[in-house]
Amino acid sequence: MGQHKTGQMKAFFRQWQLQSMVVPGIVWMFIFCYIPMFWLIIAFMDYSIAKPMLQSPFVGWKHFEAFTSDERFWRSIRNTLGMSAIKLALGFPIPLLFALLLNEVRSMRFKRTVQTISYLPHFIAWTIFGGIMLNWLGEGGVINQILIGLGFQEREILYISDPKYFWWITYFSDTLKETGWGAIIYIAAISGVDPGLYEAAELDGANRWQRMWHITIQCIRPTIAILFILAVAGMLGSNFDQIFMLKNNMNLKMAESLDLYVYNMGLVSGRHSFSTAVLFARSIVALALLFMANSASKKLSGEGIF
Amino acid sequence: MGRQGKFGRFGVFDLFNGLLMILVCFATLYPMWFVFINSFNAPKQALLGTVNWFPKEFSLASYSVVFNDKVLMNGFVITILRTVFGTVVHVLFTAIVAYGLSKSYLIGRKVYMKIALITMLFSGGLIPTFILMTKLGLYDNFMVFIIPAMYSFFNMVIFISFFRTIPDSLEESAKVDGASDYGVLFRIVLPNSMAVLATIALFSAVYHWNDYYQGVIYIRSQDILPMQTILFKIIAENSMSLMQQQAMAQFGAKLPGNSIKFASMMVATLPILVFYPFIQRYLVKGVMIGAIKG
Repeated sequence: MGQHKTGQMKAFFRQWQLQSMVVPGIVWMFIFCYIPMFWLIIAFMDYSIAKPMLQSPFVGWKHFEAFTSDERFWRSIRNTLGMSAIKLALGFPIPLLFALLLNEVRSMRFKRTVQTISYLPHFIAWTIFGGIMLNWLGEGGVINQILIGLGFQEREILYISDPKYFWWITYFSDTLKETGWGAIIYIAAISGVDPGLYEAAELDGANRWQRMWHITIQCIRPTIAILFILAVAGMLGSNFDQIFMLKNNMNLKMAESLDLYVYNMGLVSGRHSFSTAVLFARSIVALALLFMANSASKKLSGEGIF
Repeated sequence: MGRQGKFGRFGVFDLFNGLLMILVCFATLYPMWFVFINSFNAPKQALLGTVNWFPKEFSLASYSVVFNDKVLMNGFVITILRTVFGTVVHVLFTAIVAYGLSKSYLIGRKVYMKIALITMLFSGGLIPTFILMTKLGLYDNFMVFIIPAMYSFFNMVIFISFFRTIPDSLEESAKVDGASDYGVLFRIVLPNSMAVLATIALFSAVYHWNDYYQGVIYIRSQDILPMQTILFKIIAENSMSLMQQQAMAQFGAKLPGNSIKFASMMVATLPILVFYPFIQRYLVKGVMIGAIKG
């Protein structure tokens, strides 16, 4: 046993060059991932940033009790789940639908061109894209002009300042920006489907829709399942870059997601321990969601990510 | 009926599908076109924000305000520095770690991979990370853009899977000639990985170019604010720099606000738009590798 250990030590030092490549990475992970994880314990303290951590008093579940009785916290949960639910129910199928329809395009050159153009907005910063949305949805903006022009509304509506539109704005702007990019994985999966299957189905007299449903969808089901698991597991998250850009004082009551609540409480109001307690609880729930979504998907479709 | 090769019958479905695809392209491109034309619009026209296809009254006034704005131009320089420096550091660091981990005979490999994987499932989150940055002296420090963005798990996985496709014989022969592990990595492996290096470098560069959030959270001094953070303040918080305020006074109150916004948005996006046609296939390739592995 002892000999084995020294043998391993020797082998370790013999490959010191390789080890010296990996160890800095592990050190980086310890500093930038594990230390913040460890610092989640300030959720149980009255932490002050000016003092060393261990000098702060332990206060048990105080902050957890505080945030669970805060109405604004529950409002942020409602907003997060609301926006995620809309994105999941109405947004999740759109890249899939786009990929399926793009796959039906006959001309390769046209297909390539559409594909390339559709990715572009993904690479535009949210500051820019959000800026366009703020302009379009504001006073005298494009949206108002079109809707008035088509006769759908009589006078201007300040969409961006009216809280009741906010969830829909996040949904539509996200769809406009990310549909093409979200379709890539499906397009890759579809290109891997055996063409022989389509030929066989055609001989059996299957029409276009039947082929799409019985072959394409069935063959890429694992991909759909995995993306669905990830989407469900991410329900407590929100697109912070987007919301931070589109929020304002008027729409905050529907715009403040859990992420934004943590930001506002922690960094704007400086309540570090309080918002860390929220983060702590969220991490646990998100992990549980991931495992639940994974096992549900395994039962339903036989596919999981672990 | 149906698919008879490439020149099969072109039916009603194909017509509608083609039109739908053109509509998608239009919806995708119009927002950028809108910014483009309005940035050239004379200030008072841009304020109206009307649906249009071409500038109503061509003017470079907004661009001259943007290019003479010291704060914005300083932000532009900071963004370039951050993008170049941050990308080089990220690619080198992640590639080196990945090369070590791609060797199955690396002692402790399984433990290392578990340590890396756990960071994907669980994280400290915003506040603990903010406290860490403060304690490390990275608050209001340019290095906050570089060091925390040195490594990424996903890019490391892409590197590992690519390095494994490089034939062992290439590395063996170099080792026989007496090359060290570093020698093999820098003289054999990396020169043979240009495609994946380009892909990761582009992802990293796009991140650094587009990120505004790090600047909002960690930077207070105006001289190290990246351009996107300044844009965020101009667009979302309606704060104007001194130069812009002067311009507003010159053109009449509030009038030029929009076209200056559009011109600065255009300046911030132009590099992406110019390079995009050339780089997009690398970006797509990266996602494909990532999707297959992840």
